Amino acid sequence: MKFERYGIGIAKGLRVTIRHLLRRPVTTQYPEQRLNTSRRIRGNELIWDREKCTGCATCAKTCPQGSIHIVTSVSIEENKYKVEKFEVDTGYCIFCGLCVEACPYEALFMGYAYERARYRRGELVLANEGLLASEERKPSGYAHPEIAATLPKQTLLLDKDRGKR
Amino acid sequence: MAMAMQMLLPDWPGNFWAHWGVFVVIIFVFVLATVMGFIWFERRAMAVMQARLGPNRVGPFGFLQPVADVLKLLTKEDVVPAKGDRWVHWLAPVVAVAPMLMIFAVVPFQSGALLADLNIGILYIVAISSVTTVGVFMAGWSSNNKYSLLGAMRQVASVVSYEIPVVLSIIGVVLLAGSLSMQQIVMAQDIPFILLQPLGFLLFFIGALAEINRAPFDLMEADSEIVAGFNTEYSGMKWGLLFLAEYGEALAVSAIVTTLFLSGWRGPVLPPWLWFLVKVGLVFFVIVWIRTTVPRVRIDQLMALAWKFLLPLAVINLLITAVEILAWPEVSLWVMVPVNIAIMIVLVLLWSRFFKLGWGRVEV
Repeated sequence: MKFERYGIGIAKGLRVTIRHLLRRPVTTQYPEQRLNTSRRIRGNELIWDREKCTGCATCAKTCPQGSIHIVTSVSIEENKYKVEKFEVDTGYCIFCGLCVEACPYEALFMGYAYERARYRRGELVLANEGLLASEERKPSGYAHPEIAATLPKQTLLLDKDRGKR
Repeated sequence: MAMAMQMLLPDWPGNFWAHWGVFVVIIFVFVLATVMGFIWFERRAMAVMQARLGPNRVGPFGFLQPVADVLKLLTKEDVVPAKGDRWVHWLAPVVAVAPMLMIFAVVPFQSGALLADLNIGILYIVAISSVTTVGVFMAGWSSNNKYSLLGAMRQVASVVSYEIPVVLSIIGVVLLAGSLSMQQIVMAQDIPFILLQPLGFLLFFIGALAEINRAPFDLMEADSEIVAGFNTEYSGMKWGLLFLAEYGEALAVSAIVTTLFLSGWRGPVLPPWLWFLVKVGLVFFVIVWIRTTVPRVRIDQLMALAWKFLLPLAVINLLITAVEILAWPEVSLWVMVPVNIAIMIVLVLLWSRFFKLGWGRVEV
Protein backbone atom coordinates (compact mmCIF):
# COMPACT_ATOMS: atom_id res chain seq x y z
CA MET A 1 0.00 0.00 0.00
CA LYS A 2 2.30 2.74 -1.23
CA PHE A 3 0.06 5.79 -1.19
CA GLU A 4 2.93 8.02 -2.20
CA ARG A 5 2.64 6.25 -5.50
CA TYR A 6 -1.03 7.17 -5.86
CA GLY A 7 -2.31 3.60 -6.04
CA ILE A 8 -0.39 2.88 -9.24
CA GLY A 9 1.18 -0.16 -7.61
CA ILE A 10 -2.25 -1.60 -6.90
CA ALA A 11 -3.32 -0.99 -10.50
CA LYS A 12 -0.22 -2.78 -11.77
CA GLY A 13 -0.91 -5.71 -9.46
CA LEU A 14 -4.49 -5.90 -10.70
CA ARG A 15 -3.20 -6.03 -14.27
CA VAL A 16 -0.85 -8.90 -13.43
CA THR A 17 -3.61 -10.99 -11.84
CA ILE A 18 -6.06 -10.39 -14.67
CA ARG A 19 -3.41 -11.56 -17.13
CA HIS A 20 -2.99 -14.73 -15.13
CA LEU A 21 -6.70 -15.35 -15.61
CA LEU A 22 -6.04 -16.01 -19.29
CA ARG A 23 -2.97 -18.13 -18.66
CA ARG A 24 -2.81 -21.92 -18.65
CA PRO A 25 -2.72 -23.47 -15.20
CA VAL A 26 0.55 -25.26 -14.44
CA THR A 27 -1.13 -27.99 -12.39
CA THR A 28 -0.73 -31.56 -13.63
CA GLN A 29 -3.62 -33.83 -12.70
CA TYR A 30 -1.30 -36.62 -11.66
CA PRO A 31 -2.99 -40.01 -11.90
CA GLU A 32 -4.75 -39.04 -15.15
CA GLN A 33 -1.94 -36.92 -16.55
CA ARG A 34 1.73 -37.76 -16.39
CA LEU A 35 4.69 -35.75 -17.49
CA ASN A 36 7.61 -37.45 -19.24
CA THR A 37 10.49 -37.61 -16.82
CA SER A 38 14.07 -36.78 -17.68
CA ARG A 39 15.60 -39.33 -20.05
CA ARG A 40 18.51 -39.75 -17.66
CA ILE A 41 16.33 -40.23 -14.57
CA ARG A 42 17.72 -42.39 -11.78
CA GLY A 43 14.32 -43.98 -11.20
CA ASN A 44 13.79 -46.05 -8.14
CA GLU A 45 14.66 -49.51 -9.36
CA LEU A 46 17.69 -51.26 -10.79
CA ILE A 47 17.54 -53.17 -14.07
CA TRP A 48 19.84 -56.14 -14.34
CA ASP A 49 20.89 -57.95 -17.53
CA ARG A 50 21.43 -61.60 -16.63
CA GLU A 51 23.13 -62.53 -19.95
CA LYS A 52 25.83 -59.85 -19.72
CA CYS A 53 26.49 -60.22 -16.01
CA THR A 54 29.67 -62.15 -15.15
CA GLY A 55 29.25 -62.07 -11.40
CA CYS A 56 32.39 -59.97 -10.94
CA ALA A 57 30.68 -58.11 -8.02
CA THR A 58 32.19 -54.72 -8.98
CA CYS A 59 28.75 -53.21 -8.36
CA ALA A 60 28.55 -54.70 -4.89
CA LYS A 61 31.98 -53.27 -4.05
CA THR A 62 31.16 -49.74 -5.26
CA CYS A 63 27.79 -49.61 -3.52
CA PRO A 64 28.16 -47.07 -0.65
CA GLN A 65 25.18 -48.60 1.13
CA GLY A 66 26.25 -52.20 0.68
CA SER A 67 22.80 -53.06 -0.51
CA ILE A 68 23.81 -55.32 -3.40
CA HIS A 69 24.33 -58.94 -2.48
CA ILE A 70 25.78 -61.42 -5.02
CA VAL A 71 26.25 -65.17 -4.66
CA THR A 72 28.16 -66.95 -7.43
CA SER A 73 29.21 -70.52 -8.07
CA VAL A 74 31.90 -71.89 -10.45
CA SER A 75 30.60 -73.63 -13.54
CA ILE A 76 33.30 -76.10 -14.74
CA GLU A 77 31.66 -76.96 -18.09
CA GLU A 78 31.21 -73.35 -19.25
CA ASN A 79 34.49 -72.27 -17.58
CA LYS A 80 32.94 -69.19 -15.91
CA TYR A 81 31.15 -67.94 -12.83
CA LYS A 82 27.42 -68.63 -12.57
CA VAL A 83 25.34 -66.00 -10.73
CA GLU A 84 23.23 -67.85 -8.16
CA LYS A 85 21.69 -64.81 -6.57
CA PHE A 86 21.70 -61.08 -7.43
CA GLU A 87 19.81 -59.27 -4.68
CA VAL A 88 19.27 -55.52 -4.14
CA ASP A 89 17.59 -54.09 -1.06
CA THR A 90 16.07 -50.98 -2.70
CA GLY A 91 15.01 -49.82 0.77
CA TYR A 92 18.69 -49.05 1.44
CA CYS A 93 19.45 -47.85 -2.09
CA ILE A 94 20.21 -44.10 -2.33
CA PHE A 95 20.00 -44.06 -6.16
CA CYS A 96 23.50 -42.67 -6.55
CA GLY A 97 24.02 -44.72 -9.74
CA LEU A 98 27.62 -45.66 -8.86
CA CYS A 99 26.94 -49.37 -9.50
CA VAL A 100 25.64 -48.55 -12.99
CA GLU A 101 28.72 -46.45 -13.77
CA ALA A 102 31.06 -49.07 -12.33
CA CYS A 103 29.73 -52.12 -14.16
CA PRO A 104 32.45 -53.11 -16.68
CA TYR A 105 30.09 -55.25 -18.78
CA GLU A 106 27.13 -52.79 -19.03
CA ALA A 107 24.86 -55.30 -17.34
CA LEU A 108 23.27 -52.86 -14.87
CA PHE A 109 20.96 -49.90 -15.56
CA MET A 110 18.95 -47.40 -13.55
CA GLY A 111 15.20 -47.71 -14.07
CA TYR A 112 13.00 -45.27 -16.04
CA ALA A 113 9.82 -45.78 -13.95
CA TYR A 114 9.25 -43.99 -10.65
CA GLU A 115 6.10 -45.43 -9.06
CA ARG A 116 7.50 -48.04 -6.70
CA ALA A 117 5.55 -47.57 -3.47
CA ARG A 118 5.11 -50.83 -1.52
CA TYR A 119 3.07 -51.88 1.49
CA ARG A 120 5.80 -54.04 3.12
CA ARG A 121 9.49 -53.44 3.58
CA GLY A 122 10.20 -56.99 2.43
CA GLU A 123 8.74 -56.22 -0.98
CA LEU A 124 11.48 -53.65 -1.51
CA VAL A 125 14.11 -56.42 -1.69
CA LEU A 126 14.43 -57.37 -5.36
CA ALA A 127 16.24 -60.48 -6.52
CA ASN A 128 17.03 -62.35 -9.75
CA GLU A 129 13.85 -62.40 -11.93
CA GLY A 130 12.48 -59.35 -10.14
CA LEU A 131 15.37 -57.27 -11.46
CA LEU A 132 15.14 -58.17 -15.16
CA ALA A 133 13.98 -55.64 -17.76
CA SER A 134 10.34 -55.83 -18.89
CA GLU A 135 7.67 -53.61 -20.44
CA GLU A 136 7.06 -51.79 -17.13
CA ARG A 137 10.70 -51.90 -16.08
CA LYS A 138 12.47 -49.99 -18.82
CA PRO A 139 16.12 -48.99 -18.35
CA SER A 140 16.77 -45.25 -18.22
CA GLY A 141 19.49 -43.42 -20.11
CA TYR A 142 21.62 -42.82 -17.02
CA ALA A 143 25.28 -43.41 -17.98
CA HIS A 144 23.98 -44.98 -21.20
CA PRO A 145 23.57 -42.29 -23.87
CA GLU A 146 22.56 -44.86 -26.51
CA ILE A 147 19.47 -45.74 -24.43
CA ALA A 148 18.75 -42.07 -23.72
CA ALA A 149 18.53 -41.42 -27.47
CA THR A 150 15.61 -43.87 -27.79
CA LEU A 151 13.52 -42.42 -24.93
CA PRO A 152 10.90 -39.62 -25.36
CA LYS A 153 11.96 -36.07 -24.54
CA GLN A 154 11.19 -34.70 -21.10
CA THR A 155 8.02 -32.55 -20.86
CA LEU A 156 8.59 -29.22 -19.19
CA LEU A 157 5.88 -27.18 -17.47
CA LEU A 158 6.67 -24.45 -20.00
CA ASP A 159 5.66 -26.71 -22.91
CA LYS A 160 2.44 -25.75 -24.65
CA ASP A 161 1.44 -29.31 -25.46
CA ARG A 162 1.16 -31.23 -22.24
CA GLY A 163 -1.93 -33.26 -23.08
CA LYS A 164 -5.56 -32.59 -22.22
CA ARG A 165 -6.31 -31.20 -18.78
CA MET B 1 -38.32 -17.51 -9.89
CA ALA B 2 -38.76 -14.82 -12.52
CA MET B 3 -42.11 -16.24 -13.58
CA ALA B 4 -43.42 -16.27 -10.04
CA MET B 5 -42.17 -12.78 -9.47
CA GLN B 6 -43.79 -11.52 -12.67
CA MET B 7 -47.09 -13.16 -11.74
CA LEU B 8 -47.12 -11.86 -8.18
CA LEU B 9 -45.67 -8.45 -8.72
CA PRO B 10 -48.44 -6.13 -9.89
CA ASP B 11 -50.45 -4.46 -7.15
CA TRP B 12 -49.95 -6.56 -4.13
CA PRO B 13 -51.11 -4.34 -1.30
CA GLY B 14 -54.29 -6.39 -0.78
CA ASN B 15 -52.37 -9.55 -0.06
CA PHE B 16 -49.67 -8.71 2.42
CA TRP B 17 -48.98 -12.20 3.78
CA ALA B 18 -48.69 -13.89 0.36
CA HIS B 19 -46.20 -11.23 -0.74
CA TRP B 20 -44.29 -11.63 2.51
CA GLY B 21 -44.17 -15.44 2.26
CA VAL B 22 -43.14 -15.53 -1.38
CA PHE B 23 -40.35 -13.01 -0.93
CA VAL B 24 -39.00 -14.62 2.24
CA VAL B 25 -38.67 -17.89 0.31
CA ILE B 26 -37.13 -16.10 -2.69
CA ILE B 27 -34.60 -14.30 -0.48
CA PHE B 28 -33.61 -17.50 1.35
CA VAL B 29 -33.18 -19.46 -1.88
CA PHE B 30 -31.40 -16.57 -3.60
CA VAL B 31 -28.95 -16.00 -0.76
CA LEU B 32 -28.13 -19.66 -0.10
CA ALA B 33 -27.83 -20.63 -3.78
CA THR B 34 -25.83 -17.54 -4.72
CA VAL B 35 -23.49 -17.88 -1.74
CA MET B 36 -22.76 -21.49 -2.74
CA GLY B 37 -22.19 -20.37 -6.32
CA PHE B 38 -19.94 -17.56 -5.12
CA ILE B 39 -17.84 -19.87 -2.97
CA TRP B 40 -17.30 -22.12 -5.98
CA PHE B 41 -16.69 -19.11 -8.24
CA GLU B 42 -14.22 -17.51 -5.85
CA ARG B 43 -12.21 -20.69 -5.43
CA ARG B 44 -12.07 -21.36 -9.17
CA ALA B 45 -11.37 -17.76 -10.21
CA MET B 46 -8.73 -17.34 -7.54
CA ALA B 47 -7.12 -20.63 -8.56
CA VAL B 48 -6.97 -19.63 -12.23
CA MET B 49 -5.45 -16.27 -11.32
CA GLN B 50 -2.77 -18.16 -9.38
CA ALA B 51 -2.15 -20.58 -12.30
CA ARG B 52 -3.84 -23.42 -10.42
CA LEU B 53 -6.99 -25.39 -11.27
CA GLY B 54 -9.09 -25.15 -8.12
CA PRO B 55 -11.69 -27.71 -7.03
CA ASN B 56 -12.68 -29.84 -10.03
CA ARG B 57 -13.51 -33.26 -8.60
CA VAL B 58 -17.09 -33.02 -7.27
CA GLY B 59 -19.57 -32.65 -10.09
CA PRO B 60 -18.94 -30.89 -13.43
CA PHE B 61 -16.07 -28.38 -13.01
CA GLY B 62 -16.24 -29.02 -9.25
CA PHE B 63 -19.56 -27.20 -9.12
CA LEU B 64 -20.85 -29.36 -6.25
CA GLN B 65 -17.80 -28.68 -4.07
CA PRO B 66 -19.69 -26.30 -1.71
CA VAL B 67 -22.39 -28.98 -1.27
CA ALA B 68 -19.73 -31.52 -0.32
CA ASP B 69 -18.21 -28.98 2.08
CA VAL B 70 -21.57 -28.38 3.77
CA LEU B 71 -22.12 -32.14 4.12
CA LYS B 72 -18.70 -32.45 5.71
CA LEU B 73 -19.45 -29.56 8.10
CA LEU B 74 -22.77 -31.11 9.14
CA THR B 75 -21.09 -34.35 10.19
CA LYS B 76 -18.33 -32.69 12.20
CA GLU B 77 -18.22 -32.61 15.96
CA ASP B 78 -19.47 -29.44 17.58
CA VAL B 79 -17.07 -28.23 20.26
CA VAL B 80 -17.69 -25.50 22.83
CA PRO B 81 -14.53 -24.49 24.75
CA ALA B 82 -14.59 -25.75 28.35
CA LYS B 83 -14.17 -22.29 29.90
CA GLY B 84 -16.14 -20.53 27.16
CA ASP B 85 -19.47 -18.80 27.53
CA ARG B 86 -21.77 -21.59 26.32
CA TRP B 87 -24.91 -19.61 25.52
CA VAL B 88 -23.18 -16.72 23.81
CA HIS B 89 -21.07 -19.21 21.86
CA TRP B 90 -24.27 -20.83 20.57
CA LEU B 91 -26.06 -17.57 19.83
CA ALA B 92 -23.22 -15.79 18.02
CA PRO B 93 -23.57 -17.46 14.57
CA VAL B 94 -27.33 -16.80 14.59
CA VAL B 95 -26.82 -13.15 15.48
CA ALA B 96 -24.28 -12.93 12.66
CA VAL B 97 -26.44 -14.59 9.98
CA ALA B 98 -29.90 -13.14 10.68
CA PRO B 99 -29.08 -9.46 9.91
CA MET B 100 -27.23 -10.53 6.79
CA LEU B 101 -30.45 -12.14 5.51
CA MET B 102 -32.49 -9.11 6.60
CA ILE B 103 -30.41 -6.81 4.37
CA PHE B 104 -31.96 -8.45 1.31
CA ALA B 105 -35.44 -7.41 2.39
CA VAL B 106 -34.96 -4.02 0.73
CA VAL B 107 -32.78 -5.01 -2.24
CA PRO B 108 -34.84 -4.65 -5.44
CA PHE B 109 -34.38 -7.64 -7.77
CA GLN B 110 -36.36 -5.79 -10.41
CA SER B 111 -38.89 -2.97 -10.49
CA GLY B 112 -40.95 -3.36 -7.34
CA ALA B 113 -39.68 -6.89 -6.70
CA LEU B 114 -38.55 -6.50 -3.13
CA LEU B 115 -39.86 -7.70 0.20
CA ALA B 116 -40.49 -4.24 1.60
CA ASP B 117 -40.07 -0.95 -0.28
CA LEU B 118 -39.08 0.98 2.83
CA ASN B 119 -38.85 4.71 2.31
CA ILE B 120 -35.68 4.61 4.46
CA GLY B 121 -34.27 1.58 2.63
CA ILE B 122 -30.56 2.45 2.60
CA LEU B 123 -30.66 3.73 6.18
CA TYR B 124 -32.23 0.42 7.19
CA ILE B 125 -29.36 -1.43 5.48
CA VAL B 126 -26.73 0.68 7.24
CA ALA B 127 -28.44 0.04 10.58
CA ILE B 128 -29.08 -3.68 10.22
CA SER B 129 -25.72 -4.58 8.71
CA SER B 130 -23.87 -3.30 11.78
CA VAL B 131 -25.67 -5.90 13.93
CA THR B 132 -23.55 -8.63 12.31
CA THR B 133 -20.59 -7.10 14.13
CA VAL B 134 -22.30 -7.84 17.44
CA GLY B 135 -22.52 -11.51 16.43
CA VAL B 136 -18.83 -11.53 15.49
CA PHE B 137 -17.90 -9.87 18.77
CA MET B 138 -20.03 -12.40 20.68
CA ALA B 139 -18.16 -15.18 18.88
CA GLY B 140 -14.81 -13.68 19.81
CA TRP B 141 -15.78 -13.01 23.42
CA SER B 142 -17.43 -16.33 24.21
CA SER B 143 -14.55 -18.44 22.85
CA ASN B 144 -12.35 -17.51 25.84
CA ASN B 145 -9.38 -17.38 23.49
CA LYS B 146 -7.03 -14.45 23.08
CA TYR B 147 -6.84 -14.82 19.31
CA SER B 148 -10.62 -14.87 19.01
CA LEU B 149 -10.97 -11.78 21.17
CA LEU B 150 -8.22 -9.99 19.27
CA GLY B 151 -9.92 -10.75 15.96
CA ALA B 152 -13.28 -9.59 17.27
CA MET B 153 -11.74 -6.37 18.63
CA ARG B 154 -10.21 -5.65 15.25
CA GLN B 155 -13.55 -6.30 13.58
CA VAL B 156 -15.34 -3.85 15.88
CA ALA B 157 -12.61 -1.24 15.43
CA SER B 158 -12.71 -1.48 11.66
CA VAL B 159 -16.51 -1.40 11.44
CA VAL B 160 -16.75 1.62 13.75
CA SER B 161 -14.15 3.46 11.66
CA TYR B 162 -15.32 2.49 8.21
CA GLU B 163 -19.01 3.01 8.88
CA ILE B 164 -18.46 6.79 8.74
CA PRO B 165 -16.89 7.17 5.24
CA VAL B 166 -19.28 4.50 3.91
CA VAL B 167 -22.35 6.35 5.17
CA LEU B 168 -20.99 9.72 4.01
CA SER B 169 -20.44 8.36 0.52
CA ILE B 170 -23.94 6.86 0.53
CA ILE B 171 -25.34 10.32 1.37
CA GLY B 172 -23.87 11.63 -1.90
CA VAL B 173 -25.96 9.08 -3.78
CA VAL B 174 -29.01 9.90 -1.68
CA LEU B 175 -28.60 13.59 -2.49
CA LEU B 176 -28.52 12.82 -6.20
CA ALA B 177 -31.50 10.46 -6.07
CA GLY B 178 -33.49 12.58 -3.64
CA SER B 179 -34.71 9.52 -1.78
CA LEU B 180 -33.55 6.89 0.71
CA SER B 181 -35.72 4.19 -0.86
CA MET B 182 -33.71 1.60 -2.83
CA GLN B 183 -36.44 1.48 -5.46
CA GLN B 184 -36.37 5.26 -5.93
CA ILE B 185 -32.57 5.30 -6.06
CA VAL B 186 -32.62 2.81 -8.93
CA MET B 187 -35.38 4.74 -10.71
CA ALA B 188 -33.31 7.94 -10.45
CA GLN B 189 -30.28 6.41 -12.20
CA ASP B 190 -30.71 7.41 -15.84
CA ILE B 191 -26.94 7.73 -15.69
CA PRO B 192 -25.38 5.10 -13.42
CA PHE B 193 -24.20 6.89 -10.28
CA ILE B 194 -20.75 5.34 -10.64
CA LEU B 195 -20.17 8.01 -13.33
CA LEU B 196 -21.72 10.86 -11.34
CA GLN B 197 -20.14 9.77 -8.04
CA PRO B 198 -16.83 8.12 -8.98
CA LEU B 199 -15.15 9.22 -5.76
CA GLY B 200 -18.16 8.16 -3.71
CA PHE B 201 -18.05 4.75 -5.40
CA LEU B 202 -14.34 4.35 -4.64
CA LEU B 203 -14.79 5.30 -0.98
CA PHE B 204 -17.87 3.14 -0.58
CA PHE B 205 -16.21 0.13 -2.18
CA ILE B 206 -13.04 0.36 -0.06
CA GLY B 207 -15.07 0.94 3.10
CA ALA B 208 -17.45 -1.90 2.32
CA LEU B 209 -14.53 -4.28 1.72
CA ALA B 210 -13.20 -3.36 5.15
CA GLU B 211 -16.58 -3.77 6.82
CA ILE B 212 -17.20 -7.25 5.48
CA ASN B 213 -13.56 -8.11 6.29
CA ARG B 214 -12.56 -9.22 2.83
CA ALA B 215 -8.97 -9.08 1.66
CA PRO B 216 -6.94 -6.86 1.83
CA PHE B 217 -8.71 -5.85 5.07
CA ASP B 218 -9.20 -9.41 6.37
CA LEU B 219 -7.01 -9.00 9.40
CA MET B 220 -9.88 -9.89 11.73
CA GLU B 221 -9.29 -13.49 10.73
CA ALA B 222 -5.71 -13.14 9.55
CA ASP B 223 -4.67 -16.78 9.60
CA SER B 224 -0.96 -16.00 9.60
CA GLU B 225 -1.03 -13.81 12.72
CA ILE B 226 -4.09 -14.61 14.88
CA VAL B 227 -4.91 -18.17 13.72
CA ALA B 228 -8.44 -17.55 12.41
CA GLY B 229 -9.60 -14.63 14.49
CA PHE B 230 -13.11 -14.88 15.88
CA ASN B 231 -13.82 -18.31 14.40
CA THR B 232 -10.78 -20.05 15.86
CA GLU B 233 -12.85 -22.01 18.39
CA TYR B 234 -15.75 -22.76 16.05
CA SER B 235 -16.32 -26.07 14.33
CA GLY B 236 -19.05 -27.85 12.44
CA MET B 237 -22.15 -26.03 11.26
CA LYS B 238 -21.66 -23.14 13.69
CA TRP B 239 -18.48 -22.30 11.80
CA GLY B 240 -20.48 -22.88 8.62
CA LEU B 241 -23.00 -20.23 9.69
CA LEU B 242 -20.23 -17.71 10.39
CA PHE B 243 -18.80 -18.50 6.97
CA LEU B 244 -22.26 -18.09 5.42
CA ALA B 245 -22.61 -14.72 7.13
CA GLU B 246 -19.27 -13.62 5.70
CA TYR B 247 -20.08 -14.61 2.12
CA GLY B 248 -23.67 -13.41 2.48
CA GLU B 249 -22.27 -10.00 3.40
CA ALA B 250 -20.04 -10.07 0.33
CA LEU B 251 -23.18 -10.83 -1.70
CA ALA B 252 -25.04 -8.03 0.09
CA VAL B 253 -22.25 -5.57 -0.69
CA SER B 254 -22.32 -6.62 -4.33
CA ALA B 255 -26.09 -6.11 -4.38
CA ILE B 256 -25.88 -2.72 -2.65
CA VAL B 257 -23.11 -1.49 -4.96
CA THR B 258 -25.20 -2.67 -7.90
CA THR B 259 -28.26 -0.85 -6.59
CA LEU B 260 -26.57 2.38 -5.53
CA PHE B 261 -23.95 2.86 -8.22
CA LEU B 262 -24.56 0.53 -11.18
CA SER B 263 -28.24 1.42 -11.75
CA GLY B 264 -29.55 -1.83 -10.22
CA TRP B 265 -31.80 -3.88 -12.45
CA ARG B 266 -31.91 -1.31 -15.24
CA GLY B 267 -30.35 -2.17 -18.57
CA PRO B 268 -31.19 -2.82 -22.23
CA VAL B 269 -32.27 -6.09 -23.92
CA LEU B 270 -31.92 -8.55 -21.04
CA PRO B 271 -34.71 -9.01 -18.46
CA PRO B 272 -34.22 -6.81 -15.36
CA TRP B 273 -33.61 -9.63 -12.84
CA LEU B 274 -30.90 -11.05 -15.11
CA TRP B 275 -29.26 -7.63 -15.35
CA PHE B 276 -29.29 -7.49 -11.57
CA LEU B 277 -27.63 -10.92 -11.27
CA VAL B 278 -25.04 -10.10 -13.95
CA LYS B 279 -24.07 -6.86 -12.20
CA VAL B 280 -23.90 -8.55 -8.80
CA GLY B 281 -21.64 -11.24 -10.27
CA LEU B 282 -19.45 -8.58 -11.86
CA VAL B 283 -18.98 -6.71 -8.58
CA PHE B 284 -18.20 -9.98 -6.80
CA PHE B 285 -15.60 -10.77 -9.46
CA VAL B 286 -13.91 -7.44 -8.71
CA ILE B 287 -13.90 -8.34 -5.00
CA VAL B 288 -12.23 -11.69 -5.79
CA TRP B 289 -9.83 -9.96 -8.15
CA ILE B 290 -8.76 -7.55 -5.41
CA ARG B 291 -8.39 -10.44 -2.98
CA THR B 292 -5.95 -12.25 -5.27
CA THR B 293 -3.95 -9.09 -5.88
CA VAL B 294 -3.48 -7.05 -2.74
CA PRO B 295 -1.65 -8.33 0.37
CA ARG B 296 -3.14 -7.86 3.82
CA VAL B 297 -2.71 -4.45 5.52
CA ARG B 298 -1.52 -3.89 9.07
CA ILE B 299 -3.95 -2.75 11.76
CA ASP B 300 -2.41 0.75 11.95
CA GLN B 301 -2.64 1.08 8.16
CA LEU B 302 -6.27 -0.01 8.39
CA MET B 303 -7.18 2.65 10.94
CA ALA B 304 -5.11 5.36 9.25
CA LEU B 305 -6.72 4.65 5.89
CA ALA B 306 -10.17 5.11 7.39
CA TRP B 307 -9.54 8.26 9.40
CA LYS B 308 -6.89 10.06 7.36
CA PHE B 309 -7.77 9.08 3.82
CA LEU B 310 -11.39 7.99 3.45
CA LEU B 311 -13.06 10.28 5.97
CA PRO B 312 -11.75 13.66 4.68
CA LEU B 313 -12.34 12.60 1.08
CA ALA B 314 -15.88 11.49 1.96
CA VAL B 315 -16.64 14.86 3.59
CA ILE B 316 -15.22 16.75 0.60
CA ASN B 317 -17.17 14.54 -1.78
CA LEU B 318 -20.38 15.21 0.13
CA LEU B 319 -19.69 18.95 0.04
CA ILE B 320 -18.96 18.96 -3.69
CA THR B 321 -22.07 16.92 -4.47
CA ALA B 322 -24.25 19.21 -2.37
CA VAL B 323 -22.82 22.31 -4.06
CA GLU B 324 -23.32 20.80 -7.51
CA ILE B 325 -26.94 19.94 -6.76
CA LEU B 326 -27.77 23.27 -5.09
CA ALA B 327 -25.86 25.68 -7.32
CA TRP B 328 -26.30 24.13 -10.75
CA PRO B 329 -29.55 22.14 -10.70
CA GLU B 330 -30.20 23.10 -14.33
CA VAL B 331 -26.89 21.83 -15.78
CA SER B 332 -27.17 18.51 -17.59
CA LEU B 333 -25.87 15.59 -15.55
CA TRP B 334 -23.73 14.47 -18.50
CA VAL B 335 -21.64 17.63 -18.07
CA MET B 336 -21.04 16.64 -14.47
CA VAL B 337 -19.58 13.23 -15.39
CA PRO B 338 -16.15 14.43 -16.65
CA VAL B 339 -16.07 17.17 -13.99
CA ASN B 340 -16.61 14.66 -11.19
CA ILE B 341 -14.08 12.19 -12.59
CA ALA B 342 -11.50 15.00 -12.79
CA ILE B 343 -12.31 16.04 -9.22
CA MET B 344 -11.85 12.42 -8.08
CA ILE B 345 -8.44 12.09 -9.73
CA VAL B 346 -7.21 15.41 -8.31
CA LEU B 347 -8.44 14.63 -4.79
CA VAL B 348 -7.01 11.09 -4.72
CA LEU B 349 -3.62 12.30 -5.96
CA LEU B 350 -3.62 15.16 -3.45
CA TRP B 351 -4.55 13.00 -0.49
CA SER B 352 -2.04 10.32 -1.48
CA ARG B 353 0.62 12.98 -0.93
CA PHE B 354 -0.82 13.92 2.46
CA PHE B 355 -1.20 10.33 3.66
CA LYS B 356 1.41 9.58 6.34
CA LEU B 357 1.75 7.20 9.24
CA GLY B 358 3.32 8.30 12.54
CA TRP B 359 4.22 11.80 11.22
CA GLY B 360 6.07 10.20 8.34
CA ARG B 361 8.30 8.04 10.51
CA VAL B 362 6.49 4.79 9.68
CA GLU B 363 6.64 3.53 6.13
CA VAL B 364 3.17 3.29 4.62
